[in-house]
Amino acid sequence: MLSGFATTWILGIKSLLLHPLRSLLTVLGIFIGVASVIWLLAIGEGISVKAQEQIAGLGAENIIIRSIKPPSEATEGARGLVPYGVTRLDYETMVETIPTVTRALPIREITRQFRYGARFLDGRLVGCTPEYAEVTQLVIDRGRFISSSDIASRKNYCVLAAATAERLFPFEDPLGRSIKVERDPYVVIGVLKPRAASAGVGGSFAAQDFSKDVYIPITTLWFRIGDRVLTFGTGTFNGEIVELSQVTLRVNHVDNVMDTSEIVKNTLREKHKLEDYSITVPLELLEQAKNTRMMFILFLGMIAAISLIVGGIGIMNIMLATVTERTREIGIRRALGARRADITRQFLAETIVLSVLGGLTGIAGGLICAPIIELGRNALEAVVPEMMADVPGVIRTMSPRIVPMSIPLAFCISVVVGVVFGLYPAMRAARMNPIEALRHT
Amino acid sequence: MKLAARIENLQKDYVLSGEVVHALRGVSLDVPEGDYVAIMGPSGSGKSTLLNLLGCLDRPTGGSYWLGDSDVATMDDDQLSEARANHIGFVFQSYNLIPQLTVLENIEVPLHYRGRVSAADRARCRELAVLVGLGDRLLHRPMQLSGGQQQRAAIARSLANDPFFMLADEPTGNLDSVTTTEILSLLERLNDAGKTIIIVTHEDDVSHHAKRIVRLRDGYLQSDELLDDSKRIRVAARALAG
Repeated sequence: MLSGFATTWILGIKSLLLHPLRSLLTVLGIFIGVASVIWLLAIGEGISVKAQEQIAGLGAENIIIRSIKPPSEATEGARGLVPYGVTRLDYETMVETIPTVTRALPIREITRQFRYGARFLDGRLVGCTPEYAEVTQLVIDRGRFISSSDIASRKNYCVLAAATAERLFPFEDPLGRSIKVERDPYVVIGVLKPRAASAGVGGSFAAQDFSKDVYIPITTLWFRIGDRVLTFGTGTFNGEIVELSQVTLRVNHVDNVMDTSEIVKNTLREKHKLEDYSITVPLELLEQAKNTRMMFILFLGMIAAISLIVGGIGIMNIMLATVTERTREIGIRRALGARRADITRQFLAETIVLSVLGGLTGIAGGLICAPIIELGRNALEAVVPEMMADVPGVIRTMSPRIVPMSIPLAFCISVVVGVVFGLYPAMRAARMNPIEALRHT
Repeated sequence: MKLAARIENLQKDYVLSGEVVHALRGVSLDVPEGDYVAIMGPSGSGKSTLLNLLGCLDRPTGGSYWLGDSDVATMDDDQLSEARANHIGFVFQSYNLIPQLTVLENIEVPLHYRGRVSAADRARCRELAVLVGLGDRLLHRPMQLSGGQQQRAAIARSLANDPFFMLADEPTGNLDSVTTTEILSLLERLNDAGKTIIIVTHEDDVSHHAKRIVRLRDGYLQSDELLDDSKRIRVAARALAG
């Protein structure tokens, strides 16, 4: 035996099956709306997680000070190369006077060509200290990283990043062999595991790519190459006099990061006339990224809401047509004793069936967004690789994360859309005069 | 005798483009249980208006209409619906079955608007289908039936809620003469079994199957004539011969 409730739904489904294609297209509108809610939120979340990972890769407890070339107007009139950037004195001052700084690691990095036999590779030569590996989360694959005794005795040792090792030593074991940088040989003492790029530092938004690096003791770099570095290009050359490219300060606790960064700013402002350094606080970036995420979600949510409204209007359109088309049925039912509420309920049941169906299929469509995006990305990569190369790495490598809340949310919205957009046609049906509705042909 | 319906000085005015039209100017009529009344009249006589009022599809402007113990004139829209669901069985000229439902489901429709449909109700609907001769067509859709069969289904539907009376509006208007005779004899059989029937028609042949003919003219009751059995039989014989 069936209750009146079940009968209403069964009747709704039966009526919808009278026009299967029409019903299917209406469901499609809601399907797209609901799936896009889940998709857009998942993509937004994926991008923001990726961005936060990259920022976290810089270390939330770190403050990064980088030397930057001051604008040319500032140095106008000076002859030759003007020294700029963070100095060894700055470094010592900060380490000695700021008590919350537990560790500081200076690095000096320059672009150089690495050679082994006939093979060569242009990459970053990084002069650093033993802590660098830990702070930037470099993992040793084989051999060892630079040690403090290497620093003390200015050893000509080097550690290769994964891609560097791959390029220079495709067949041999690099450990114990010497690569050449300019005229100087460096003995390979370790090879790193591949590492994901981290967020850009020092005003640059480009991700830091650690893959083509060679690491040597910073003292060796100072000793063998010095502060003055000339890079020759075709017909021109660039020069710089820089003592330290970057200093990464580690603060004893996350809570002290903001205060410490203030002290660092004040310390450097006193000593530098030129704007020749930049301070990056990953924690600050992380906060910004979280704000951006909210904006992102709001923005994407708005787009999804628009598509749901379009779907809802589709439902309303169809239901208005259905109501007109079934005027006579409405008249018959009213004559047979249906109250206005019964008619409203009947047509509302139909729109709810449509929207719930759209909601459920939309959720299914939303849940498969990860493999579909992967597929689409691979397809684009294969068809237009040069276009994909221009896409920011965050987007290229992000994987969508389905926000669990988005599933019930999307479903509820689809039902609400069904009710809201179905209510007017249903009430219009109920308001019909039964005598006129019966006369309708 | 108990009354299925009683109307007293029933009036109905319409406002048509600013002018008041008096469709009914005071009609009184008693319909006892078991009666078979034919309402006749030319167009504009108030026939349709009376039908709509009797069917609780509309409220009168004046007078009263007693259906059981309640006055229809005082009912709101939901109460009118309730009255239709419980006490009136409609039969229409164009059958008006719901196309997406089967014969049996169509017969059950009025029951849904009365509340829960019990197993006993369903069994009774089945019996009604058998009674009107559609026992082997229960799961057919209206489109698969002839006009006469559709009207039989509609008649079964009108009886599903066990109404005070069946209200038939030109029930044979769309049928050929043979089917008309079949339907009319079905109605007669139902009347013999105790069902009260009010039929609105403009055909004399149809009205002479009734026990009583009520004629309307210009919104007034013109005549209320009881037919004796001999006349009814004569008409029936003529219809069969024709």
